[in-house]
Amino acid sequence: MKDLSKDILELIRRTSTDLPADVETRLIAARDNEASGSAARSAMDTILANVEMTRRDSTPICQDTGTPIFFVKIPDKWNPRDLRGWIRDAVAEATRLTYLRPNAVDSLNGRNTGNNLGSKHFPTIHFEETDSETLTIDLILKGGGCENVGAQYSLPDDRLKAGRDLEGVRRVALDAVNRAQGEGCAPGFLGIAIGGDRGTGFIASKEVLLHKTDEKNPDPQLAALEEKITGEANQLGIGPMGFGGSSTILGTRVTSEYRLPASYFVTVSYMCWAFRRRRMTVEGDQITYQ
Amino acid sequence: MEIHLSLPLPDEAVQDLKVGDSILLSGIMVTGRDAAHKWLADNFIHPKAPPSGEDKQVFESLREILSGSAIYHCGPVVAGLDTKQYRFVAAGPTTSIREEPYQGDVMKLFNLKAVIGKGGMGSRTLQACRDLPGVYLHAIGGAASLIARSVQEVLGVYKLEFGVPEAMWVIRIQDFPAVVTMDAHGNSLHDAVREYSTSELDRLLQ
Repeated sequence: MKDLSKDILELIRRTSTDLPADVETRLIAARDNEASGSAARSAMDTILANVEMTRRDSTPICQDTGTPIFFVKIPDKWNPRDLRGWIRDAVAEATRLTYLRPNAVDSLNGRNTGNNLGSKHFPTIHFEETDSETLTIDLILKGGGCENVGAQYSLPDDRLKAGRDLEGVRRVALDAVNRAQGEGCAPGFLGIAIGGDRGTGFIASKEVLLHKTDEKNPDPQLAALEEKITGEANQLGIGPMGFGGSSTILGTRVTSEYRLPASYFVTVSYMCWAFRRRRMTVEGDQITYQ
Repeated sequence: MEIHLSLPLPDEAVQDLKVGDSILLSGIMVTGRDAAHKWLADNFIHPKAPPSGEDKQVFESLREILSGSAIYHCGPVVAGLDTKQYRFVAAGPTTSIREEPYQGDVMKLFNLKAVIGKGGMGSRTLQACRDLPGVYLHAIGGAASLIARSVQEVLGVYKLEFGVPEAMWVIRIQDFPAVVTMDAHGNSLHDAVREYSTSELDRLLQ
C-alpha cells in the first residue's frame, strides 16, 4: 500500500493550526453572548483573532500541542504495523516543522525525546477493524491543562449524593466542571463515558469527542442529559478563561458503555476551547480531510 | 484602555495596578514552568547540597535579569533549534497553579514583580504579591500564535537540557497583552469567581 506518512503529516498540520468550523461557530456564539467591554468578551475576541491567525499562518493554535491521539479504522487490506510506522514518522516530522511541540518526556529522568516519540503509548494510537473499504484516521490534540482536569468518579459518590443513575451522572459532571476552573481553558467541551472499567472509561470519554459538536446524540435520554449538563454548567458563571461570564461549557457528549455489576464509573474528559480535531479518509487513491 | 508597562517594574507602578486592569507589557523577562521551579526550589531555596558551579552561574545570570522583572509560565514552540537562531512560533501561558508550592519563595528569591500565566494561583502567591509587592498577570490561554507575535527576540536560553517546553528562555517582549487578576492588595479575581461558582454548584446539586 502507498506510504501515507506525508498525508498524515498534513492531517497533523491541519489539526494543530486550523480549528474545525463547528467549534469556531460555537466560539463566535460564545463571544457574542458575553457583555461588551467585559474581560470575558475581550478574552473571546483574542481567542478568535488567534484562530484566524493560525489558520492563515499555519502555526499552532496553542503551544501545548498536547498528546497526539489517533483513532484509526482499518480495513483488512491495510497493515496496522505500516500505519503505526507512518504515524510515528509523520509525528516526528511535524515536530521538526514546529506544527507540534516536543512533548514526550521520560517520566523517570525528565528527558524530552525532542521528537514526540516515546514508548508505545506516545503518540497514542487506537486501531479498530472495519468491514468498510475506507481507511479513516481521526486525530485529536489534547493539551496538558485540560488533560490534567479529566476526572473519574466511582458511583455512588456520597459527597456529591450521586447515585447509579443519570441524575448521578449530572451531579458528578457539574462537579468536574467546577473543579476544572483555573486549569482547562474555558469555554470547554465535555466527553463523558458512563460505565466501562477505569481504562476503557477514559478511552471512551475521549472517543466521543470525535463527534461534531452539532451532531445530535441518537439516544434521546442521553441527548437530554447532554443539554442539561451544558446548560447548568453555564450557570456556574466561570466564563472564558475563568474571568466570570456566561460561557463555560460549549457542548457535552455522553456515551454509555457496559460495566461490571460492582462498578459504575463516570469518566469526564475536559476538552479546552482549542478543540483540535480532524479526520483523514483514504478511499482508493482519494485522500480527503475533514 | 490598556495600561502600558515596562520591565523592570517600579514598586509604585505595581501598587497602582488592580484586578481587572488590562495591560500591555514590554521589556525583558524569562519563561519558567514546572522543571524550572522545582530546580530553583531544590537547589536555591531548600538545597540539600550546595549547587554545582554551573547551576550557580545560571542562577547568578537569572538573578540579574529577573530582579524587578517577570517570570512567564510558558512552554513555547521554538523554531531554529538546529541553527540556534531561536524564534518563538507559539507561546501561550500554561496552567499556573502547579507552581503554587514554589511561587511565593521564587518571587522573593529574585525580587519578582510579576508572575504571568493562566488560571490564577493560591493564597501563598497572593501573600507574596502583598509582601513584595507583586502582581499576577493572566494571559489568554491557547492564544499562542498571537502572543508569540509580541515576542520580539529570544536573547538566550538556560537549562535547555530540561527540554524545549521546560527550558528558561530569556525574551524581549513588546506590548504583551495580559489582565491583572491578582493584585498587591490581596484581591484575586479567581477567588471571587470560585466562590460564586461553588455556591451555584451547591444550588444545582440541592
